[in-house]
Amino acid sequence: MLLAVLSGLIISLLIIPFGKLLTTKWSFLLTLLPASLFLYFMSYVPAISAGSSFLQHIHWIPSLGVDFDFRLDGLSLLFALLITGIGTAIFFYARTYLKGYIFFDRFFGYLCLFMSAMLGVVLSDNILLLFVFWELTSISSFFLIGFNNDNADSRKSALTALSVTGLGGFFLLAGLILLGNIAGTYTISELIDARELILNNELYPLILGFLFMGAFTKSAQFPFHFWLPGAMKAPTPVSAYLHSATMVKAGIYLLARFSPILGGTDYWNYTLMAVGGFTMLFASIHSLFRIDLKGILAYSTISALGILTFLIGAGTREAIIAASVFILVHALYKATLFLVAGIIDHETGTRDITALGGLRKVLWPLSIAGILAALSSAGLPLTYGFIGKDLIYEATLHTEYQPLGWILTGIAVLTNIGLVAAGFMAGLKPFTGALPEKFANIHLPYKSMWIPPLVLGILGLVFGLLPGAVGQFINHATADAVLGSPSDMQLKIWHEFNLVFILSIATLLAGIIVYFVNKPSALKLQAIERLNAIAPQRIFTRYAHDIMRFSKWYTNLFHNGYLRSYHLKIILFAELLLAYKLWISGPITLDLEKITTPSFYEIGVIVILIGALYIVVTTPSRLTSVVAMSVIGYCICLIFVFYSAPDLAMTQFTIDTLSTVLFVLVLYKLPSFINHTGKAILYRDGIIALSFGVIISLIALRVWSEPISEEIANFYGENAYILAKGKNVVNVILVDFRGIDTMFETVVLSIAALGVYSLIRLRLKSTEKE
Amino acid sequence: MELLLIILLGLLYAAGVYMILRRSMVKLLLGIMLLGSGTNILIFLLGGITKGKPPVIDENAKIFQDAFADPIPQALILTAIVISFGLTAFAIVLLKRVYALVNSDDLDDLNTPEEEDI
Repeated sequence: MLLAVLSGLIISLLIIPFGKLLTTKWSFLLTLLPASLFLYFMSYVPAISAGSSFLQHIHWIPSLGVDFDFRLDGLSLLFALLITGIGTAIFFYARTYLKGYIFFDRFFGYLCLFMSAMLGVVLSDNILLLFVFWELTSISSFFLIGFNNDNADSRKSALTALSVTGLGGFFLLAGLILLGNIAGTYTISELIDARELILNNELYPLILGFLFMGAFTKSAQFPFHFWLPGAMKAPTPVSAYLHSATMVKAGIYLLARFSPILGGTDYWNYTLMAVGGFTMLFASIHSLFRIDLKGILAYSTISALGILTFLIGAGTREAIIAASVFILVHALYKATLFLVAGIIDHETGTRDITALGGLRKVLWPLSIAGILAALSSAGLPLTYGFIGKDLIYEATLHTEYQPLGWILTGIAVLTNIGLVAAGFMAGLKPFTGALPEKFANIHLPYKSMWIPPLVLGILGLVFGLLPGAVGQFINHATADAVLGSPSDMQLKIWHEFNLVFILSIATLLAGIIVYFVNKPSALKLQAIERLNAIAPQRIFTRYAHDIMRFSKWYTNLFHNGYLRSYHLKIILFAELLLAYKLWISGPITLDLEKITTPSFYEIGVIVILIGALYIVVTTPSRLTSVVAMSVIGYCICLIFVFYSAPDLAMTQFTIDTLSTVLFVLVLYKLPSFINHTGKAILYRDGIIALSFGVIISLIALRVWSEPISEEIANFYGENAYILAKGKNVVNVILVDFRGIDTMFETVVLSIAALGVYSLIRLRLKSTEKE
Repeated sequence: MELLLIILLGLLYAAGVYMILRRSMVKLLLGIMLLGSGTNILIFLLGGITKGKPPVIDENAKIFQDAFADPIPQALILTAIVISFGLTAFAIVLLKRVYALVNSDDLDDLNTPEEEDI
């Protein structure tokens, strides 16, 4: 399984050096990746249907609890098959869709990366590993959504999608870490055993909130739904892949995966049902007002995600099975509709449904795919969608929250009426009616483009006619993973004539009526767009704008390009820290006996030094300041002489002389200092500088009053001659005990010397001079 | 004497900080040198100062017969002096070069060289 997850990552890495080869005829090789992964996962179907699951455990960072733990059970397998199966169709389709595009190789790199990340999410058994892949899907989808990166809208949508899903990712991480800390494990299978412990912890509502933030942002639930319609700026194969089977379903997967751990409480059920219920109705109504094919599909996707969230929230056996059937139904028809929309866009150059019509005459195979998908989405009897819809009604009618049952069913019916109409608008409307003149010359695209949607559309029908074959698998997929016990429910084409059936037919009829009555137009769209003023998107955008303004202000404050202002901030901060440390370390006790009395000439040297210091700081002449600087150096040299450091004195003397000579030689031509700054700033700097000096003096006093250990000094004193045969201990330390230090110091000096030499030798070109 | 040295190194630090807050590049360099000198005195002082007892073993002895000044701060300071000379020498030549290019000693003139090129 590790290889299956990582293969996409590896391929996307290989695309960097070998990508250019793919733009030629070899690009079909890429489609082998999802196809072979699909077959690989298919091979697990019999075993998983029989109720077993597979584990793989590889150590990665055991000390942090992060391991490559993969687990394939029913739920994972359902998603893995969708990811690779729909992925195969998308790869085939995109190969032709993007033919001749210059970033062809890059696109497939992102796509492989994204597929890998999705597989990682659904197969991880370690929640931290899951999080890593979760973030990877956000990042790779950012590149996919913003693939047309020369378009400002496209970049903006990609950024919105990334910031919304990334925000959710932060919360998710917090939730997962809390969860792991409480349970003491990061493995999902072990977390299920710790369920009681987690539910009784006082942090449980917080964990749940964090987890919901992650799932709702990813799965575009209200109020985070707005990134999804924006993401329609992506190339159509990307929209088809992200919004039918993968990206947005990751949130649903997360909810389903954690429902045996966190689910079953009132917090869980009511939150999910409220958010899911609102989202599904809201988006379903919204979708009726769109005129852009992809816009309709985007809103109906949000609505479908709302249904799934709602079903997982309901949490009964019927609801969970309904959810898993609906995941498959929705993936099939939504991918088909997107791919159809992509071809229509590709061939006619428009996605405006008010302008499209009669395309069945020119794009007949496509019209079959589109109509099949529309019928499946409408839930016509004999399609797979019908079974999905039946199960949803069963679930809402038989919910545990009985007084709510009728309200919930009502919401579901209204939502489905909207979805039926939206499905017809997207799948039927472009193909029926009269063919406009300008589209008469349209011809079918390459086979590799229209076969994938056709296959997916027909599959929807096949699954509907043979629900037993699929049903057996679906039962185990959900029952084992989500409910913890096998279910014996059978999926049937035909239920007896009961309330559910009546509701289904009523929904269908009402949906058809809405489809015929509701004529979307640009005017209606404008009216609905006015509501954007109070939409969550608006609040989010303003919030993002404020953050940007704050960070600009912050950057300008701290990174204004003036070196002295950086110095000022660093010094002020250091002063605060040091003063605080001095303050808490208590009073300084002075041992007066340790102090020696200075002799007359020592005082003299120090007075001269301070005088020179004053001159350095105040003089307007560069030469004077250099001379005063050398006076300071010589005075320090004298202090070294007085206090038994002859080597230091000699070094200081030499170096000081050399520095002064160099200064004068090199800089004698420079003009004198200009006084740039005003008095106020000079005083301010003076105060800051003096307080720094005072703080350093106090620290020195404090450290000095502590006793000194003489151990090391004695070691050197005793061993200098015996071990190193030298009598000057300082020299022995430098060239023997710490010889390697000195060697590298020499290297540093040589590099400096080389730098000096080359800078002096470097002649200015006339153009370089200002 | 220790108290005098403590006041002295505080003054060296204060002067150094004041100088690096100025706009002139030469002053900046002088400030860094002053901070270096202050630090040398600080290390020297904290190692304990002793008069007239250099850490050199007598001609005809193998180990010290008497108390001696701590050699470790001295070794550290020696290294520091030499390295800071490397820094100073390089900085001086660099200053010269900047002056030749920009014809100014003002740090603010170096802020946006890219813009001036355009």
